[in-house]
This record gives sequence, structure tokens and C-alpha cells, in this order.
Amino acid sequence: MKSSSNEELENNNAWSKVLLARKITRFRSLEMIKNVFDSFIPLHGDRGIGDDKSIIGGIALLNHQAVTIIGQQKGNTPREMEYHQYGMTKPEGYRKSLRLMRQAEKFRRPIICLIDTPGAFPGVLAEENGQAEAIARNLYEMANFTVPIVSIIIGEGGSGGALALGVANRVFMMENAVYSVVSPEGCASILCKDSRKAPDMAGNLKVTARDLKNYGVIDEIISEEGTNEVIFNRIKQNINKELLRCSQLNGEEVRKERIEKFRKIGSEITFTQYDTRVKKS
Amino acid sequence: MAQNLFVKCKECGTIIERKKYAENNDVCNVCDSYGTLDYKKRLAMVIDHDTFEETNIHTGFYNPIDFPGYLEKHEKIKSKTGLTEAIVTGKACINEQKVMIGIMDTRYMMGSMGIIVGEKVTRLFEDAKELKYPVIIFTASGGARMQEGIFSLMQMAKTAAAVSSFGESGGLYISVLTNPTTGGVSASFAFLGDIIVAEPGALIGFAGKRVIEQTINEVLPPNFQTSEYLFEHGYIDMIVERKTLKDTLGQILKIHSQEENQIFQ
Repeated sequence: MKSSSNEELENNNAWSKVLLARKITRFRSLEMIKNVFDSFIPLHGDRGIGDDKSIIGGIALLNHQAVTIIGQQKGNTPREMEYHQYGMTKPEGYRKSLRLMRQAEKFRRPIICLIDTPGAFPGVLAEENGQAEAIARNLYEMANFTVPIVSIIIGEGGSGGALALGVANRVFMMENAVYSVVSPEGCASILCKDSRKAPDMAGNLKVTARDLKNYGVIDEIISEEGTNEVIFNRIKQNINKELLRCSQLNGEEVRKERIEKFRKIGSEITFTQYDTRVKKS
Repeated sequence: MAQNLFVKCKECGTIIERKKYAENNDVCNVCDSYGTLDYKKRLAMVIDHDTFEETNIHTGFYNPIDFPGYLEKHEKIKSKTGLTEAIVTGKACINEQKVMIGIMDTRYMMGSMGIIVGEKVTRLFEDAKELKYPVIIFTASGGARMQEGIFSLMQMAKTAAAVSSFGESGGLYISVLTNPTTGGVSASFAFLGDIIVAEPGALIGFAGKRVIEQTINEVLPPNFQTSEYLFEHGYIDMIVERKTLKDTLGQILKIHSQEENQIFQ
């Protein structure tokens, strides 16, 4: 049994990470792409209804290796934030991502996803254009690609809107990023009918990189120590290392590894008895 | 006594004889609105009598992130409904054709998907792939279960991958969307059916109405996020009334079962 002061400390820590992850001055996808990769060429549109401003997509080189990059963009000023829909992706954004990922599969390019969103865009048009179907389709198709996928949660990993770019062979999280099924505010307003309980819920939901690493849901934490330049270099090294590892696998092995990674979450469940961890609390 | 003999329509408030209401598949005979079905009623409505064999029965409880109050909530629902999870899965026959079937039940935490629901759905597709049975799932869910945090979110990826593997092997998956199908369930296996059927008037969508109203400050159109609305926008193959649901499913299964006569390989 944890003492209440320890628990409070942990909750505060989780909440402080939420605030850090959302900080307007934080590094964004576009800046990261320009600093980590060479010869970036942005590509646009879902070939259906539009070009979503929350998704930066394109092709680039990483140490001479061609890659496809998809990044959720937020911006660093209120105006930029508004332009990029605060990083909230619409169905056309997920479909643009999927189009570029299919292209990556065709040209045998690894896919790098940078995740930074409070969640999928909640709007009338987004629903009308099949937000649920768009996210579901990404999950379905990402499972099947035979080129490596690397996802990095760089800021906010908000629910299905983040996961739609998160079905990867390796999932990295920046040290101060958060990843959650629901925003702490949303959870607090539904469960406690009081959004002011959000800091407590942030702790309960276990949203920090350290928690998720302990659960084995993410693979590695990337330290945020140092200047942005140092951090970007660290990110580059991590992606490089991962692509080098995947280069030892054939396409089918890459696909299987990714499916197995998600398949195993919950496969240990025995369909008979009470979980012993529950009785302690 | 009187309460057991009559039901009140939640939509128009009409008092209806329970027997008549049941004969009409829990559909109000005045306003045509659909009542919520528990899994037993749903099974009785769509499968051949006495053909259900339940699989992956889970009677325990799992609290992967030790979420406060979760166990108490589970115990409360369990003692009230006898349910220990939000989905029942198994084998059954529909018009004498074998299927793997999953039925979500909103009485258990609004049909939300946690690790056990995700695991049961995944095994349903894996078993169906092995047995070469079609899959039919009746979805009814508020979405991913908050109390299981990131593990609930991961079930979206897991179940979508399971549909994917099953689909690649050539299996037929019919998804039947019932009231409500939203959030993480609509954004994973619910919208991945080869054929997507919906019941009339069901609430179907991704984001909650209140969230849309509050964050975006938009006025919601009439019919927003209903089966009919989704149908008009091209996201659903057909809206099917309860009285013809079993036969419709039976016909779809029949058309897909003509393998021995299949000349286009």
C-alpha cells in the first residue's frame, strides 16, 4: 500500500509531464523533421477531400536511406496552433497518412511517424467523413506493411488519434511525452464529474513514458537532456539504430514482429481466475 | 408484479405489455424506437435455437493499471447483472450455417473495451481463421475503457490486426453496429467489417456529441451520428430491422458459402 503523500507526488509528476508535453514552446514535428532528416520533400493531400493541416507528410533521407515521414504538427504560436488544428487530425489526415504509407510500402521505404496530438479532431465534418473508419483503417493496414515502422511520441499521445500513427515495430517516447487512452480532463469529467480532478486522473491513468516503459507498452524512452540540437541528434541515432536492426529482417519478419508486438498485450490472460494483483489494493 | 408485466418505451414513454414488446423484438410499436438488448435476447433473435457454444469464458477480473474504484464497480455490476465482461463470444449457427459470433452487452460498463474484451475479440478472429468460419460481431460500446488506461488503447491495434490477419486469409466478417457504437470500438473492429450492417436509429460515431459541441462550438445537425446519417454518408452497407436481421445475415452467409461452386479462383 502506497502512502498518500507518495501517491500525490506521483500524480503531480504525471500531471507535470502532461503540462510539459503540451507546452507551446516545445519542439514540434516540422522542426524535428528538418533537423533529423536530409532533403525533406513534403507531400500533400488524401486524393479524396483535402489536405489536413495537422499532418506533415513527405519523403526524405536519413543517412542516405530513403524514408517516408508522417508527423502531427501543432505549431509554436497561437496562430500556428490554430492553423494546424492544435494537432487534431481529421479523417483526411489519416487517409493522407495511409496514402503515403502505402507509397512507402511500394518503394520499400521505412516509415517514421511522429505523434503529437491531443486526440482526433472532434467535429461535425470529421464525423461525416468517417473519423472512426479512417482510424480503424490505419490500424488495419499498418499491421500489414512489410517495411519497418518506427513511431515516436514526441509530445501528446492522445488516444485513438495518436494510435492511428502508432502501430509500429518500435515505439519510442520522448522523456516528457505522455500517451493515454483519454485526456486526464476527459477522464475526470466522465468519472468524477469534475474536470478539476484532472491532475489526479493523470496519475491514475499512468500516462508517463516511465510508466509505459515499465508496462512494456513502449520500447524506449529518449532523454530530453540538453539543447534541441542534442535531442534531435539523439532521436536520429535512435531511428538509425532501429532501422539497422530491421534491415536484418525480411519483409515478412517485419510484418510478423509488428503484429506479435500488439498481439501479446493481454495474451497472458487466463480465462478462469481472479487476478492476484487486484486483491492487494 | 405490474412492473414485470409492462415496459415503458424509453423514447416516447408508451407503456407496452412486456409480452407484446418481446414479440416485436423489443421495438416500440408506437414510435418504432429500438430497446437495448442483453446478449441472451440478441442470441435468441439471430441464431438457430440451442446452437450457441460459448468460448473463452472469463469469470475473473483484471485491473492492469490498478485503477482506483474499478474492482468495486466490477463487483457492483456483476452482482446486479451476473456479467463479468462486456462481450460474450462463441460458436453458433444461423440458418444452419456455422459462424463465430460476438455480442457486446452494454450492461457491463457501457460495453467498453478493455484488455479482456480485446483478447476475446482477437481470439474470436483467430478461432474463426482456424475453423474457416465467418465472423459476426454485434457491437454496442461507449469505446475504450478508461479504467484500463493504455492497455485499452492497445486493444484497438490488437483487434484491428486480428481482423487484418483473418481478412487476409479470406474470411468473411460481418459487423452489425447497434446502439451505441462509439469511440475506440467504432475506430477499430466495428468499422472493419467486409459488410457493415446497422440497426435503425443507433448512435454511431467516434467523438462524443458533448465533446464536439464543447470543443468546436458547432451546432449538431439533426440525425447526427445515427445509422441513417452514416448510411447517407457512405459508411454503412445497409440498415436492417430486427425482424429481418436473422434472414439477412443468413442470406449474406449463404452467398459467401458457395465455395464448391466457385469457378473464379
